[in-house]
Amino acid sequence: MDTGNVMLLEYLPIFIFLVFALIFATIMLGIGFTFGPHNPDVEKNSPYECGFEAFEDSRMKFDIRYYLVAILFIIFDLEIAFLFPWAIVIHDIGIYGLISMAIFLFILIIGFIYEWKKGALEWD
Amino acid sequence: MNTIFLILDILIDIIMVVLPLFLIVAYTTYSERKIIGFMQSRLGPTRVGPFGILQPIADVIKLLTKEVIIPSNASKGLFLTAPIIMLVPSLLVWSVIPLSEYFVIANINAGLLFILALTSLSVYGVILAGWASNSKYAFLGSMRSAAQIIAYEIAMGFALVGVLMAAGSLNLQEIILSQRGGIFNWYWLPLFPLFVIYLIAGVAETNRAPFDVSEGESEIVAGFHVEYSGVAFAMFFLAEYMNLILISILVSIMFFGGWLSPFEGTFFESYSQWIPGFVWLSIKTLSFIFIFLWLRATLPRYRYDQIMRLGWKIFLPITIIWIFLEGIMIYYKVEPWFVI
Repeated sequence: MDTGNVMLLEYLPIFIFLVFALIFATIMLGIGFTFGPHNPDVEKNSPYECGFEAFEDSRMKFDIRYYLVAILFIIFDLEIAFLFPWAIVIHDIGIYGLISMAIFLFILIIGFIYEWKKGALEWD
Repeated sequence: MNTIFLILDILIDIIMVVLPLFLIVAYTTYSERKIIGFMQSRLGPTRVGPFGILQPIADVIKLLTKEVIIPSNASKGLFLTAPIIMLVPSLLVWSVIPLSEYFVIANINAGLLFILALTSLSVYGVILAGWASNSKYAFLGSMRSAAQIIAYEIAMGFALVGVLMAAGSLNLQEIILSQRGGIFNWYWLPLFPLFVIYLIAGVAETNRAPFDVSEGESEIVAGFHVEYSGVAFAMFFLAEYMNLILISILVSIMFFGGWLSPFEGTFFESYSQWIPGFVWLSIKTLSFIFIFLWLRATLPRYRYDQIMRLGWKIFLPITIIWIFLEGIMIYYKVEPWFVI
Protein backbone atom coordinates (compact mmCIF):
# COMPACT_ATOMS: atom_id res chain seq x y z
CA MET A 1 0.00 0.00 0.00
CA ASP A 2 1.36 3.45 -0.84
CA THR A 3 1.52 6.24 1.68
CA GLY A 4 -1.58 8.04 0.41
CA ASN A 5 -3.75 5.02 1.16
CA VAL A 6 -2.25 4.57 4.62
CA MET A 7 -3.09 8.18 5.42
CA LEU A 8 -6.63 7.77 4.18
CA LEU A 9 -7.00 4.64 6.30
CA GLU A 10 -6.16 6.74 9.37
CA TYR A 11 -9.21 8.84 8.61
CA LEU A 12 -11.54 5.86 8.10
CA PRO A 13 -12.61 5.73 11.78
CA ILE A 14 -13.50 9.42 11.60
CA PHE A 15 -15.66 8.83 8.56
CA ILE A 16 -17.42 5.91 10.27
CA PHE A 17 -17.87 8.04 13.39
CA LEU A 18 -19.39 10.81 11.25
CA VAL A 19 -21.93 8.39 9.74
CA PHE A 20 -22.63 6.98 13.21
CA ALA A 21 -23.14 10.48 14.68
CA LEU A 22 -25.46 11.58 11.87
CA ILE A 23 -27.58 8.43 12.19
CA PHE A 24 -27.60 8.73 15.97
CA ALA A 25 -28.73 12.37 15.90
CA THR A 26 -31.47 11.63 13.38
CA ILE A 27 -32.72 8.64 15.37
CA MET A 28 -32.75 10.74 18.51
CA LEU A 29 -34.97 13.35 16.85
CA GLY A 30 -37.10 10.51 15.48
CA ILE A 31 -37.63 9.10 18.98
CA GLY A 32 -38.92 12.47 20.11
CA PHE A 33 -41.49 12.53 17.32
CA THR A 34 -42.57 8.91 17.85
CA PHE A 35 -42.86 8.77 21.63
CA GLY A 36 -43.87 12.36 22.30
CA PRO A 37 -47.48 13.50 22.06
CA HIS A 38 -48.49 15.76 19.20
CA ASN A 39 -51.29 18.18 20.03
CA PRO A 40 -50.74 21.35 18.02
CA ASP A 41 -52.48 24.47 19.28
CA VAL A 42 -52.35 28.01 17.97
CA GLU A 43 -51.22 29.46 21.28
CA LYS A 44 -48.71 26.72 21.98
CA ASN A 45 -47.07 27.04 18.57
CA SER A 46 -46.76 30.81 18.65
CA PRO A 47 -43.28 32.19 19.42
CA TYR A 48 -42.61 32.67 23.12
CA GLU A 49 -42.76 36.28 24.22
CA CYS A 50 -43.57 36.11 27.95
CA GLY A 51 -47.25 35.42 27.30
CA PHE A 52 -47.79 38.41 25.05
CA GLU A 53 -48.85 37.99 21.46
CA ALA A 54 -45.81 38.39 19.24
CA PHE A 55 -45.75 41.77 17.59
CA GLU A 56 -43.77 42.64 14.43
CA ASP A 57 -41.30 40.29 12.76
CA SER A 58 -38.60 38.90 15.02
CA ARG A 59 -36.02 39.03 12.23
CA MET A 60 -35.34 42.63 13.05
CA LYS A 61 -32.41 44.95 12.47
CA PHE A 62 -29.51 44.18 14.73
CA ASP A 63 -26.45 46.01 15.91
CA ILE A 64 -23.73 46.54 13.31
CA ARG A 65 -21.10 45.60 15.89
CA TYR A 66 -21.96 41.92 15.66
CA TYR A 67 -21.06 42.20 12.00
CA LEU A 68 -17.79 43.99 12.83
CA VAL A 69 -16.87 41.27 15.29
CA ALA A 70 -17.43 38.67 12.59
CA ILE A 71 -15.11 40.51 10.19
CA LEU A 72 -12.40 40.89 12.83
CA PHE A 73 -12.79 37.22 13.62
CA ILE A 74 -12.06 36.25 10.01
CA ILE A 75 -8.83 38.27 10.01
CA PHE A 76 -7.56 36.80 13.25
CA ASP A 77 -8.68 33.28 12.47
CA LEU A 78 -6.74 33.42 9.22
CA GLU A 79 -3.80 34.62 11.27
CA ILE A 80 -4.10 31.50 13.43
CA ALA A 81 -4.26 29.36 10.30
CA PHE A 82 -0.92 30.90 9.25
CA LEU A 83 0.57 30.39 12.70
CA PHE A 84 -0.28 26.67 12.87
CA PRO A 85 2.28 25.37 10.31
CA TRP A 86 4.86 27.86 11.57
CA ALA A 87 4.42 26.64 15.16
CA ILE A 88 5.05 23.03 14.15
CA VAL A 89 8.40 23.67 12.49
CA ILE A 90 9.63 26.43 14.80
CA HIS A 91 12.26 24.11 16.28
CA ASP A 92 13.86 23.72 12.85
CA ILE A 93 13.68 27.18 11.31
CA GLY A 94 15.66 29.05 13.97
CA ILE A 95 16.07 32.82 14.25
CA TYR A 96 15.06 33.46 10.63
CA GLY A 97 11.60 31.97 11.15
CA LEU A 98 11.19 33.81 14.43
CA ILE A 99 11.99 37.21 12.91
CA SER A 100 9.76 36.70 9.86
CA MET A 101 6.84 35.79 12.10
CA ALA A 102 7.61 38.78 14.35
CA ILE A 103 7.36 41.10 11.30
CA PHE A 104 4.12 39.41 10.21
CA LEU A 105 2.62 39.72 13.71
CA PHE A 106 3.81 43.33 13.91
CA ILE A 107 1.81 44.25 10.79
CA LEU A 108 -1.22 42.53 12.28
CA ILE A 109 -0.76 44.36 15.58
CA ILE A 110 -0.73 47.73 13.78
CA GLY A 111 -4.13 46.83 12.36
CA PHE A 112 -5.29 45.70 15.77
CA ILE A 113 -4.23 48.98 17.40
CA TYR A 114 -5.98 50.90 14.61
CA GLU A 115 -9.28 49.09 15.13
CA TRP A 116 -8.94 49.51 18.91
CA LYS A 117 -8.42 53.29 18.53
CA LYS A 118 -11.29 53.51 16.03
CA GLY A 119 -13.57 52.01 18.66
CA ALA A 120 -14.49 48.81 16.84
CA LEU A 121 -14.08 46.92 20.11
CA GLU A 122 -16.26 49.22 22.21
CA TRP A 123 -19.63 47.97 23.47
CA ASP A 124 -21.58 50.43 25.54
CA MET B 1 -14.44 -9.97 4.83
CA ASN B 2 -11.51 -8.17 6.38
CA THR B 3 -13.11 -4.82 5.70
CA ILE B 4 -16.26 -5.83 7.58
CA PHE B 5 -14.21 -6.85 10.62
CA LEU B 6 -12.29 -3.60 10.43
CA ILE B 7 -15.49 -1.56 10.36
CA LEU B 8 -17.01 -3.63 13.19
CA ASP B 9 -13.86 -3.11 15.22
CA ILE B 10 -14.09 0.66 14.71
CA LEU B 11 -17.79 0.64 15.59
CA ILE B 12 -17.05 -1.16 18.85
CA ASP B 13 -14.39 1.45 19.63
CA ILE B 14 -16.88 4.22 18.92
CA ILE B 15 -19.53 2.69 21.18
CA MET B 16 -16.91 2.16 23.90
CA VAL B 17 -16.35 5.91 23.87
CA VAL B 18 -19.86 7.18 23.27
CA LEU B 19 -21.78 5.15 25.86
CA PRO B 20 -19.57 6.07 28.84
CA LEU B 21 -19.57 9.64 27.54
CA PHE B 22 -23.37 9.82 27.74
CA LEU B 23 -23.26 8.35 31.21
CA ILE B 24 -20.70 10.97 32.25
CA VAL B 25 -22.85 13.72 30.75
CA ALA B 26 -25.87 12.45 32.69
CA TYR B 27 -23.95 12.35 35.94
CA THR B 28 -22.28 15.71 35.27
CA THR B 29 -25.75 17.23 35.32
CA TYR B 30 -26.50 15.34 38.53
CA SER B 31 -23.27 16.40 40.22
CA GLU B 32 -23.77 19.94 38.98
CA ARG B 33 -27.08 20.14 40.80
CA LYS B 34 -25.72 18.39 43.88
CA ILE B 35 -22.49 20.40 44.10
CA ILE B 36 -24.13 23.77 43.48
CA GLY B 37 -26.85 22.72 45.91
CA PHE B 38 -24.34 22.00 48.67
CA MET B 39 -22.41 25.19 47.90
CA GLN B 40 -25.63 27.15 48.40
CA SER B 41 -26.72 25.20 51.51
CA ARG B 42 -29.39 23.22 49.69
CA LEU B 43 -29.68 19.49 49.16
CA GLY B 44 -30.08 19.28 45.39
CA PRO B 45 -32.09 16.40 43.94
CA THR B 46 -33.08 13.83 46.62
CA ARG B 47 -36.33 12.21 45.48
CA VAL B 48 -35.52 9.78 42.66
CA GLY B 49 -33.56 6.85 44.09
CA PRO B 50 -31.19 7.05 47.08
CA PHE B 51 -29.67 10.57 47.26
CA GLY B 52 -31.48 11.32 44.00
CA ILE B 53 -28.97 9.19 42.14
CA LEU B 54 -31.50 8.14 39.49
CA GLN B 55 -32.51 11.74 38.78
CA PRO B 56 -30.62 12.05 35.44
CA ILE B 57 -32.24 8.84 34.17
CA ALA B 58 -35.68 10.18 35.04
CA ASP B 59 -34.74 13.41 33.24
CA VAL B 60 -33.72 11.52 30.11
CA ILE B 61 -36.98 9.55 30.03
CA LYS B 62 -38.95 12.74 30.54
CA LEU B 63 -37.12 14.58 27.74
CA LEU B 64 -37.56 11.68 25.31
CA THR B 65 -41.32 11.46 25.82
CA LYS B 66 -42.19 15.16 25.64
CA GLU B 67 -43.69 16.84 22.62
CA VAL B 68 -41.30 18.46 20.16
CA ILE B 69 -42.98 21.78 19.48
CA ILE B 70 -42.23 23.42 16.14
CA PRO B 71 -43.31 27.08 16.34
CA SER B 72 -45.70 28.11 13.57
CA ASN B 73 -43.42 30.91 12.30
CA ALA B 74 -40.26 28.82 12.32
CA SER B 75 -38.42 27.57 9.23
CA LYS B 76 -39.11 23.89 9.84
CA GLY B 77 -36.15 22.36 8.00
CA LEU B 78 -33.53 24.62 9.57
CA PHE B 79 -35.25 24.38 12.94
CA LEU B 80 -34.74 20.61 12.99
CA THR B 81 -31.27 20.72 11.39
CA ALA B 82 -29.82 23.02 14.05
CA PRO B 83 -29.73 20.47 16.91
CA ILE B 84 -28.16 17.90 14.56
CA ILE B 85 -25.47 20.41 13.55
CA MET B 86 -24.83 21.08 17.24
CA LEU B 87 -24.64 17.43 18.27
CA VAL B 88 -22.67 15.83 15.42
CA PRO B 89 -19.42 17.86 15.71
CA SER B 90 -19.36 17.61 19.49
CA LEU B 91 -19.62 13.81 19.17
CA LEU B 92 -17.14 13.61 16.33
CA VAL B 93 -14.38 15.44 18.21
CA TRP B 94 -14.04 12.45 20.52
CA SER B 95 -12.61 10.36 17.69
CA VAL B 96 -9.17 11.95 18.09
CA ILE B 97 -8.98 12.27 21.89
CA PRO B 98 -6.40 9.86 23.35
CA LEU B 99 -7.99 8.29 26.43
CA SER B 100 -4.91 6.27 27.39
CA GLU B 101 -1.49 5.25 26.07
CA TYR B 102 -3.11 2.71 23.76
CA PHE B 103 -6.63 3.85 23.12
CA VAL B 104 -7.64 6.46 20.58
CA ILE B 105 -10.21 5.88 17.85
CA ALA B 106 -8.29 7.68 15.10
CA ASN B 107 -4.67 8.55 15.80
CA ILE B 108 -4.36 11.14 13.04
CA ASN B 109 -1.47 13.54 12.54
CA ALA B 110 -3.61 16.66 12.31
CA GLY B 111 -5.46 15.95 15.58
CA LEU B 112 -5.43 19.42 17.06
CA LEU B 113 -6.34 21.06 13.74
CA PHE B 114 -9.29 18.67 13.50
CA ILE B 115 -10.42 19.67 16.98
CA LEU B 116 -10.10 23.38 16.21
CA ALA B 117 -12.12 22.91 13.02
CA LEU B 118 -14.90 20.91 14.66
CA THR B 119 -15.29 23.08 17.73
CA SER B 120 -15.69 26.07 15.37
CA LEU B 121 -18.70 24.37 13.78
CA SER B 122 -20.88 24.65 16.88
CA VAL B 123 -21.39 28.36 16.18
CA TYR B 124 -23.38 27.42 13.06
CA GLY B 125 -25.77 25.40 15.19
CA VAL B 126 -26.27 28.39 17.48
CA ILE B 127 -26.90 30.85 14.63
CA LEU B 128 -29.21 28.44 12.80
CA ALA B 129 -31.22 27.68 15.93
CA GLY B 130 -31.69 31.37 16.70
CA TRP B 131 -32.56 32.30 13.15
CA ALA B 132 -34.87 29.37 12.39
CA SER B 133 -36.90 29.80 15.60
CA ASN B 134 -38.14 33.21 14.42
CA SER B 135 -38.51 34.40 17.99
CA LYS B 136 -37.02 37.55 19.47
CA TYR B 137 -35.37 35.94 22.47
CA ALA B 138 -33.88 33.18 20.37
CA PHE B 139 -32.58 35.68 17.81
CA LEU B 140 -30.98 37.99 20.39
CA GLY B 141 -29.52 35.03 22.27
CA SER B 142 -27.97 33.54 19.15
CA MET B 143 -26.42 36.87 18.09
CA ARG B 144 -24.88 37.39 21.50
CA SER B 145 -23.75 33.82 21.77
CA ALA B 146 -22.21 33.70 18.29
CA ALA B 147 -20.28 36.96 18.76
CA GLN B 148 -19.02 35.73 22.12
CA ILE B 149 -17.98 32.32 20.80
CA ILE B 150 -15.99 33.74 17.88
CA ALA B 151 -14.37 36.41 20.06
CA TYR B 152 -13.05 33.79 22.46
CA GLU B 153 -12.14 31.40 19.69
CA ILE B 154 -9.33 33.78 18.71
CA ALA B 155 -7.82 33.64 22.20
CA MET B 156 -8.30 29.86 22.23
CA GLY B 157 -6.62 29.47 18.85
CA PHE B 158 -3.62 31.50 19.98
CA ALA B 159 -3.35 29.40 23.13
CA LEU B 160 -3.35 26.27 20.94
CA VAL B 161 -0.56 27.77 18.83
CA GLY B 162 1.48 28.12 22.03
CA VAL B 163 1.05 24.41 22.78
CA LEU B 164 1.95 23.49 19.20
CA MET B 165 5.14 25.54 19.37
CA ALA B 166 6.20 23.74 22.52
CA ALA B 167 5.28 20.25 21.31
CA GLY B 168 6.16 20.66 17.64
CA SER B 169 3.31 18.35 16.63
CA LEU B 170 -0.42 18.40 15.99
CA ASN B 171 -0.85 14.79 17.10
CA LEU B 172 -2.35 14.66 20.58
CA GLN B 173 -0.42 11.55 21.64
CA GLU B 174 2.84 13.26 20.71
CA ILE B 175 1.79 16.41 22.56
CA ILE B 176 1.32 14.27 25.67
CA LEU B 177 4.58 12.40 25.16
CA SER B 178 6.54 15.64 24.77
CA GLN B 179 5.49 16.54 28.34
CA ARG B 180 7.19 13.50 29.87
CA GLY B 181 9.15 13.81 33.10
CA GLY B 182 6.90 14.82 35.99
CA ILE B 183 4.64 17.65 37.05
CA PHE B 184 7.10 20.44 36.31
CA ASN B 185 7.62 19.27 32.74
CA TRP B 186 3.95 19.64 31.89
CA TYR B 187 3.14 22.71 29.85
CA TRP B 188 1.08 24.49 32.52
CA LEU B 189 4.29 25.93 33.94
CA PRO B 190 6.00 27.47 30.90
CA LEU B 191 2.66 28.31 29.26
CA PHE B 192 0.86 29.42 32.41
CA PRO B 193 -0.84 32.54 30.91
CA LEU B 194 -1.98 30.49 27.92
CA PHE B 195 -3.34 27.77 30.21
CA VAL B 196 -5.40 30.28 32.21
CA ILE B 197 -6.64 31.94 29.04
CA TYR B 198 -7.55 28.61 27.45
CA LEU B 199 -9.50 27.55 30.53
CA ILE B 200 -11.43 30.83 30.78
CA ALA B 201 -12.01 30.96 27.01
CA GLY B 202 -13.30 27.40 27.30
CA VAL B 203 -15.89 28.52 29.84
CA ALA B 204 -16.89 31.33 27.48
CA GLU B 205 -17.01 29.00 24.46
CA THR B 206 -19.44 26.66 26.17
CA ASN B 207 -21.62 29.63 27.21
CA ARG B 208 -21.43 28.70 30.87
CA ALA B 209 -21.56 30.93 33.92
CA PRO B 210 -20.11 33.54 34.41
CA PHE B 211 -20.25 34.04 30.62
CA ASP B 212 -23.82 32.84 30.16
CA VAL B 213 -25.33 36.06 28.75
CA SER B 214 -26.60 34.11 25.76
CA GLU B 215 -28.99 32.25 28.03
CA GLY B 216 -29.16 34.67 30.92
CA GLU B 217 -32.39 33.43 32.46
CA SER B 218 -33.39 36.81 33.84
CA GLU B 219 -32.85 38.68 30.55
CA ILE B 220 -33.62 36.55 27.51
CA VAL B 221 -34.94 33.35 29.07
CA ALA B 222 -33.03 30.45 27.50
CA GLY B 223 -31.39 32.34 24.63
CA PHE B 224 -31.03 30.61 21.30
CA HIS B 225 -32.83 27.41 22.29
CA VAL B 226 -35.85 29.04 23.92
CA GLU B 227 -38.25 27.57 21.33
CA TYR B 228 -36.89 24.05 21.58
CA SER B 229 -38.60 21.40 23.66
CA GLY B 230 -38.38 17.69 24.35
CA VAL B 231 -35.70 15.77 22.54
CA ALA B 232 -34.57 18.71 20.37
CA PHE B 233 -33.72 20.59 23.55
CA ALA B 234 -32.04 17.49 24.94
CA MET B 235 -29.72 17.46 21.94
CA PHE B 236 -28.56 21.03 22.63
CA PHE B 237 -28.14 20.12 26.26
CA LEU B 238 -26.14 17.01 25.42
CA ALA B 239 -23.89 18.93 23.03
CA GLU B 240 -23.29 21.64 25.62
CA TYR B 241 -22.24 19.19 28.32
CA MET B 242 -20.11 17.15 25.93
CA ASN B 243 -18.31 20.38 25.02
CA LEU B 244 -17.79 21.11 28.71
CA ILE B 245 -16.21 17.68 29.22
CA LEU B 246 -14.21 18.13 26.02
CA ILE B 247 -12.69 21.42 27.20
CA SER B 248 -11.78 19.79 30.52
CA ILE B 249 -10.10 16.82 28.84
CA LEU B 250 -8.28 19.08 26.35
CA VAL B 251 -6.88 21.22 29.16
CA SER B 252 -5.67 18.07 30.89
CA ILE B 253 -4.10 16.79 27.67
CA MET B 254 -2.43 19.97 26.51
CA PHE B 255 -1.33 21.54 29.78
CA PHE B 256 -1.41 18.73 32.36
CA GLY B 257 0.22 15.81 30.60
CA GLY B 258 -2.91 13.84 29.68
CA TRP B 259 -2.50 10.25 30.88
CA LEU B 260 1.02 10.82 32.26
CA SER B 261 1.51 10.06 35.94
CA PRO B 262 2.20 13.09 38.16
CA PHE B 263 4.71 11.01 40.15
CA GLU B 264 7.06 10.57 37.23
CA GLY B 265 10.66 11.13 38.23
CA THR B 266 9.92 11.15 41.97
CA PHE B 267 10.27 8.69 44.82
CA PHE B 268 6.70 7.38 44.29
CA GLU B 269 7.17 6.52 40.65
CA SER B 270 7.78 2.79 41.18
CA TYR B 271 4.87 2.51 43.64
CA SER B 272 2.35 4.14 41.33
CA GLN B 273 3.35 2.28 38.19
CA TRP B 274 0.36 -0.07 38.40
CA ILE B 275 -2.12 2.79 38.04
CA PRO B 276 -3.22 2.92 34.38
CA GLY B 277 -2.88 6.18 32.46
CA PHE B 278 -6.63 6.34 31.99
CA VAL B 279 -7.09 6.86 35.75
CA TRP B 280 -4.74 9.86 35.79
CA LEU B 281 -6.50 11.39 32.80
CA SER B 282 -9.89 10.88 34.48
CA ILE B 283 -8.73 12.47 37.73
CA LYS B 284 -7.38 15.51 35.90
CA THR B 285 -10.49 15.85 33.73
CA LEU B 286 -12.89 15.47 36.65
CA SER B 287 -11.04 18.18 38.58
CA PHE B 288 -11.50 20.60 35.70
CA ILE B 289 -15.18 19.68 35.39
CA PHE B 290 -15.47 20.43 39.11
CA ILE B 291 -13.88 23.85 38.55
CA PHE B 292 -16.45 24.56 35.84
CA LEU B 293 -19.30 23.72 38.24
CA TRP B 294 -17.68 25.69 41.04
CA LEU B 295 -17.42 28.79 38.84
CA ARG B 296 -21.14 28.60 38.20
CA ALA B 297 -21.95 28.47 41.90
CA THR B 298 -19.58 31.28 42.86
CA LEU B 299 -19.44 33.99 40.21
CA PRO B 300 -22.18 36.42 39.14
CA ARG B 301 -22.84 36.94 35.44
CA TYR B 302 -20.55 39.25 33.47
CA ARG B 303 -21.98 42.17 31.54
CA TYR B 304 -21.79 41.75 27.76
CA ASP B 305 -19.43 44.67 27.10
CA GLN B 306 -17.13 43.36 29.84
CA ILE B 307 -17.07 39.94 28.17
CA MET B 308 -16.12 41.41 24.81
CA ARG B 309 -13.50 43.65 26.43
CA LEU B 310 -11.94 40.70 28.22
CA GLY B 311 -11.77 38.65 25.03
CA TRP B 312 -10.45 41.25 22.63
CA LYS B 313 -8.51 43.75 24.74
CA ILE B 314 -6.97 41.55 27.43
CA PHE B 315 -6.72 37.95 26.23
CA LEU B 316 -5.68 38.68 22.67
CA PRO B 317 -2.70 40.96 23.53
CA ILE B 318 -1.54 38.59 26.30
CA THR B 319 -1.55 35.56 23.99
CA ILE B 320 0.33 37.39 21.22
CA ILE B 321 2.99 38.62 23.66
CA TRP B 322 3.35 35.17 25.21
CA ILE B 323 3.69 33.49 21.82
CA PHE B 324 6.51 35.88 21.01
CA LEU B 325 8.22 35.24 24.37
CA GLU B 326 7.80 31.52 23.84
CA GLY B 327 9.45 31.82 20.44
CA ILE B 328 12.46 33.41 22.13
CA MET B 329 12.49 30.71 24.83
CA ILE B 330 12.45 28.04 22.12
CA TYR B 331 15.28 29.78 20.30
CA TYR B 332 17.40 29.66 23.45
CA LYS B 333 16.21 26.08 24.17
CA VAL B 334 15.13 26.77 27.77
CA GLU B 335 15.36 23.58 29.88
CA PRO B 336 13.49 21.27 30.34
CA TRP B 337 10.50 22.12 28.16
CA PHE B 338 11.86 23.38 24.89
CA VAL B 339 14.55 20.85 24.03
CA ILE B 340 13.55 18.41 21.32
